[in-house]
Amino acid sequence: MLLWRYDALPLLLMSLMYFVCNRVEYDYYKYHPMSEITSWMEQLVKDHPDVVTIVKYGKTYENKDISLLKIGLNTGKEKKAIWMDCGIHAREWIAPAFCQYFVRQILQTYKTDAKMEAMVKNMDFYVTPVLNIDGYIYSWASNTTRLWRKNRSPGPSDCGCNGTDLNRNFDANWGTVGVSFNCCSQTYPGSKPMSEPEARSVADFLGSRKDSFLCFLTIHSYGQLLLVPYGHPNYTAPNYDELMMVGLGAAEAIWKVHGKNYTVGTSPDVLYANSGSSRDWARLQGIPLTYTFELRDKGTYGFELPEDQIQPTCEEAYSGALHIITYAHDKTFSGAVATSAVTLWTVLLAAGVTGATLM
Amino acid sequence: HSSYRQDTTPLFDTSQLSIASPCTETFNVMATGELNPNHYPARRAAQVVQHYLNTRYGSPFRLIGVQKVHSANAEDVADSGRKYQLELSVKETISNTTENCSAELFFPRGVEQHSPKVQASCEALLKIDTKAQEEALYQEYKRNQSLVSAQNLPDSHGRIAPDMEPFWQLGILASSFIMLNESNENTLYNVAQVANITQLATEDDQLKFDCHTLLHDMVSQEIIHWKLLFTWSPPEGVKVLQMEKLPHRHEQEEPPNTN
Repeated sequence: MLLWRYDALPLLLMSLMYFVCNRVEYDYYKYHPMSEITSWMEQLVKDHPDVVTIVKYGKTYENKDISLLKIGLNTGKEKKAIWMDCGIHAREWIAPAFCQYFVRQILQTYKTDAKMEAMVKNMDFYVTPVLNIDGYIYSWASNTTRLWRKNRSPGPSDCGCNGTDLNRNFDANWGTVGVSFNCCSQTYPGSKPMSEPEARSVADFLGSRKDSFLCFLTIHSYGQLLLVPYGHPNYTAPNYDELMMVGLGAAEAIWKVHGKNYTVGTSPDVLYANSGSSRDWARLQGIPLTYTFELRDKGTYGFELPEDQIQPTCEEAYSGALHIITYAHDKTFSGAVATSAVTLWTVLLAAGVTGATLM
Repeated sequence: HSSYRQDTTPLFDTSQLSIASPCTETFNVMATGELNPNHYPARRAAQVVQHYLNTRYGSPFRLIGVQKVHSANAEDVADSGRKYQLELSVKETISNTTENCSAELFFPRGVEQHSPKVQASCEALLKIDTKAQEEALYQEYKRNQSLVSAQNLPDSHGRIAPDMEPFWQLGILASSFIMLNESNENTLYNVAQVANITQLATEDDQLKFDCHTLLHDMVSQEIIHWKLLFTWSPPEGVKVLQMEKLPHRHEQEEPPNTN
């Protein structure tokens, strides 16, 4: 009898531990293949059914579903929104890693942080962890495909290469600068604007909702840059000053985390001229605050950023993104609060001056 | 000055555009005079200085990177090219020391592609003492019966085995000769990956390597494959014997099992 009890105890403990530990914590500081990202998304909906839903909004060339996570406290009315997409370019693995981290942060902080709670109440966050799914999967296939950039649609019939650069395919000054019409080129913009299903998916989803969106953030690597519209050197966004001011604020927030410098400016100023980018398209739709994030590093590891840099990169980028999102939110929602505060002070001051009592 | 399509109504809402005016500079005209140190012309020139410094001062234990451009100036030199002057700070990545340097570059223009000419003085970089480490590395691989061979530095996840790091650095150093040669005002090169570095047997006192390197040009976003044959020893540094650009690989030719 005693022997049985001693035998049973470790078994019991092991079973208990297995039960508890079977739900392995998702490792946000490792790169995940597409299948794991999809499972993670599904698990999030199970874990946070009141705040998270999955929206399938299109199909890739290879007919895979393009999905986003919609995060928000449902108030039942059409809400203002924030857009974030990652992984337009397959080889930029740190970008999908950041989208996943970003979602985790929102879900971890909205219950305890009053500001985040307010933002999640007032706005919906639409996050696409991997936009170019076919390309991302291809970049995981072998050592020789790791540095693939484009999607996986076939080139023109007389072309020996495939793939279109999705970030040159949007209908925004399409095909004018920063592209090569050689279909083997990494910046091949496609046969025509929005020829690619992945680009059309974004446009179709956002097109009907564009007035709701305050902010459009598209995440890339590498270079440590925050890029504002437009990619064409002859065009300036009407709110360029605001974009720069908020961008510089974001860069400062980034620097405060781990001391990394991110340069802020238009593409033609700080990187190169380009056309057909998702950011430019979003700005042309009227979404006021649109930014391209180019995450770490500056070329030492480039696209193959070591996993031990995932955490610091995500932490600093989160700080930067939050700065922009908070600005967008406060501009839209704190106006009422500010007005009533002004009114209150005016009344108090007036009462003070006249000596009138308020009671 | 605008480039609206002539045939149809604009495909986008023009109220979201305000045309920069006057649009006197087309995007083909390079900035001249004092340059904004944060803008790309200064950044690209600084990268060329980085490649030059690595060819001159680099070692498996001394790798130089641009930290920040403080000031930059560019001027045309008749019809022969453009001259840049830079004040920049560079960082040695292993010792984490920073130094301010001055550099002068000349990008020649002409029918034939010429390499840029660089003059830069960063003598403090030489003061970083790597002699002991270099000698230890040299002795280990000179004496070793088997010849070292490494692939995918870094690998897909950014990993490099610690004892392979010096070979990654050597690959980058040797690649710097190519990147320096190939640079112009419309390129920005980094080493994307040292795909293969294999030690070859030698009769003399040099270590000799065959190297396949993947360069990333930020401006075109292309990955360019190069093969190199080079030697290294502590006193001689890196000497490139042969370099060859490999043809553009069409990914279509290698269909992998994507599931």
